[in-house]
Amino acid sequence: MGILPSIKMALKSIKGNKLRSALTMLGMVIGVSSVIILVSIAQGSAQNVTSQINNLGTNLLTINTFGTDLALTEDKISELSKLNGVKAVSPVVSGRVNVKKDRTTSQVSLTGTNAAYSTVRDAKVSSGRFITDLDLEYRQKIAVIGADTASTFFGTDNPVGQYLQIEGTSFKVVGVLVSKGSSMGQSGDNVIIVPLSTGQRLVKSTTINQVYLQGKSQEQMDFVMNEVEMKMASLYPSKSDSYSVTNQQDLMDTMSSVTDTMTMMLGGIASISLLVGGIGIMNIMLVSVSERTKEIGIRKAIGAKRRDVLLQFLIEAVVLSGVGGIIGILTGVGLGKIVSTLAGLTVSFSTSVIVLSFLFSLIVGVIFGVFPANKASKLNPIQALRYE
Amino acid sequence: MGKPIIQISNLMKTYKLGGETVHALNDVSIEIEQGEFLAIIGPSGSGKSTLMNMLGCLDRPQSGKYLLDGKDIGKMNDNQLATIRNQKIGFIFQNFNLLTKLSALENVELPLLYSGVPVKERRERALEGLNKVGLKDRAGHLPTQLSGGQQQRVAIARALVGNPAILLADEPTGALDSKTSKEILLVMKELNELGHTIILITHDLEIAKQANRMVSIQDGQLQENGGELVGDFAIY
Ligand SMILES: Nc1ncnc2c1ncn2[C@@H]1O[C@H](COP(=O)(O)OP(=O)(O)O)[C@@H](O)[C@H]1O
Ligand SMILES: [Mg+2]
Repeated sequence: MGILPSIKMALKSIKGNKLRSALTMLGMVIGVSSVIILVSIAQGSAQNVTSQINNLGTNLLTINTFGTDLALTEDKISELSKLNGVKAVSPVVSGRVNVKKDRTTSQVSLTGTNAAYSTVRDAKVSSGRFITDLDLEYRQKIAVIGADTASTFFGTDNPVGQYLQIEGTSFKVVGVLVSKGSSMGQSGDNVIIVPLSTGQRLVKSTTINQVYLQGKSQEQMDFVMNEVEMKMASLYPSKSDSYSVTNQQDLMDTMSSVTDTMTMMLGGIASISLLVGGIGIMNIMLVSVSERTKEIGIRKAIGAKRRDVLLQFLIEAVVLSGVGGIIGILTGVGLGKIVSTLAGLTVSFSTSVIVLSFLFSLIVGVIFGVFPANKASKLNPIQALRYE
Repeated sequence: MGKPIIQISNLMKTYKLGGETVHALNDVSIEIEQGEFLAIIGPSGSGKSTLMNMLGCLDRPQSGKYLLDGKDIGKMNDNQLATIRNQKIGFIFQNFNLLTKLSALENVELPLLYSGVPVKERRERALEGLNKVGLKDRAGHLPTQLSGGQQQRVAIARALVGNPAILLADEPTGALDSKTSKEILLVMKELNELGHTIILITHDLEIAKQANRMVSIQDGQLQENGGELVGDFAIY
């Protein structure tokens, strides 16, 4: 018998046994779709974390100082900006300050910095403008405030052009930052940014606590990190214990190992449902064995060869599992999208996971579809006809 | 009549059940000629079906020789036996053995499917076969939508569609009422007149009498029809 009649026969058999076919496909659908949903949620949150870290600024290096015996000064820091791979440098003084407007008072974290901060830390304004280098030069009493700070003091009013009392001095608000949400446990929105020179006066210290550097490209970050460390060592000889240079990539690596673990865990759970789906398929196939053994007996009695029988069952299993798997993929992607809109989760579909789960259930379906048929096809027709 | 199409000598088949050995076929020898209508009669458990399965190449002899058309069946492999079942033998079972999910027409088509007849010719010949047994208008019906007699006629059409030399019927009327039985028997007689070799198994003497040769089987042993056996089997 040729392949085409075998295919027709298999399709006829699938259509003739609607319940069995549906149940087999159900196992497949459950297995494949749950893997796709769970893994896409896991990978979605991994991507989420990555983009949150990138929110802190891309290609970012940070120099932190400890203690007081290291005085980072502006002229020495400007040396760093001359380095090859460095695109921008942003020194920062920080502290907490009391802010007052009318009857509202609040403690807010203050950042004194330069214009480059906006690009280095990816701090954009939603209205007004960011501080400029002129503001630094003229020691302007102006401030850019975070979204939360704006709503604390101004409610729904537009804060731009209005004034705040910072440590008793009046500052004019020139801009409001785009909300970044809380990332890595810190609210990035309850802040006040002022020009570096003004900030130094407010926190009563000229010491620069932190320097942010932005590299020119992601690939160069290790090289830039080296450059910066060497420059720092030459600028501040034998003080290497008083500062540290960290690469944002390190943080990224740590986080990605966490999210990898999470993906593995959800993937494990998903594999279990794949297995359960597989067992479902197996059950259906085994339950119908006696009916099918009789069928095989009849077919052999009227002249079917063993390979005719096997081919028919193989095609049946491939079609059932394949169609079930495709429905599973559609269901998985569909439900994943629904979950992402309803629960506000980020989902990310991965082709390799989709393909792997599809192949796995296809193989399970085919093995359990063909295995009992193979056994029955070895019986002589009389034994198969007698089978109850 | 013609030349022998089936030559069986000293055929044995035993089943072991627990400690007991049942001689289902005990040293059976028979020659059947082309175009014969042979009835094999015997009580239940006498080995009729075992013999029939052997004749139909559904089972292999344990010892003894079976020549079909001069070819030694005992020396053939599974695939060769399948081809012989497909092309030389039409088998009619007591319980019809139709595929329940296929229509009457599709059931009749099956042997042609396995012998690789192209789809159009297959359909034509199957319809023709159904026509011969008077069921052309039931071609699309499932076996469950047909009466017992109609199902057996579908089975006969299926057995005949490949135009086999030998038609084997194992108690074909066992599950049917007497009126339908007569109809089925009539169909078989007609087929015999058309030149098919027919071997009919039954435990009903009235039916066996319709054949032109009768052998009886008891405890796995064959006896050529003697007038005295007719009396012995009167009870069946
Ligand atoms: N598969 C089998 N296993 C064991 N014993 C069997 C089997 N098939 C038939 N027999 C035994 O062989 C004998 C002949 O059986 P069978 O040919 O079916 O008889 P009949 O068709 O004449 O009623 C019986 O005694 C039966 O019990
Ligand atoms: Mg019997």
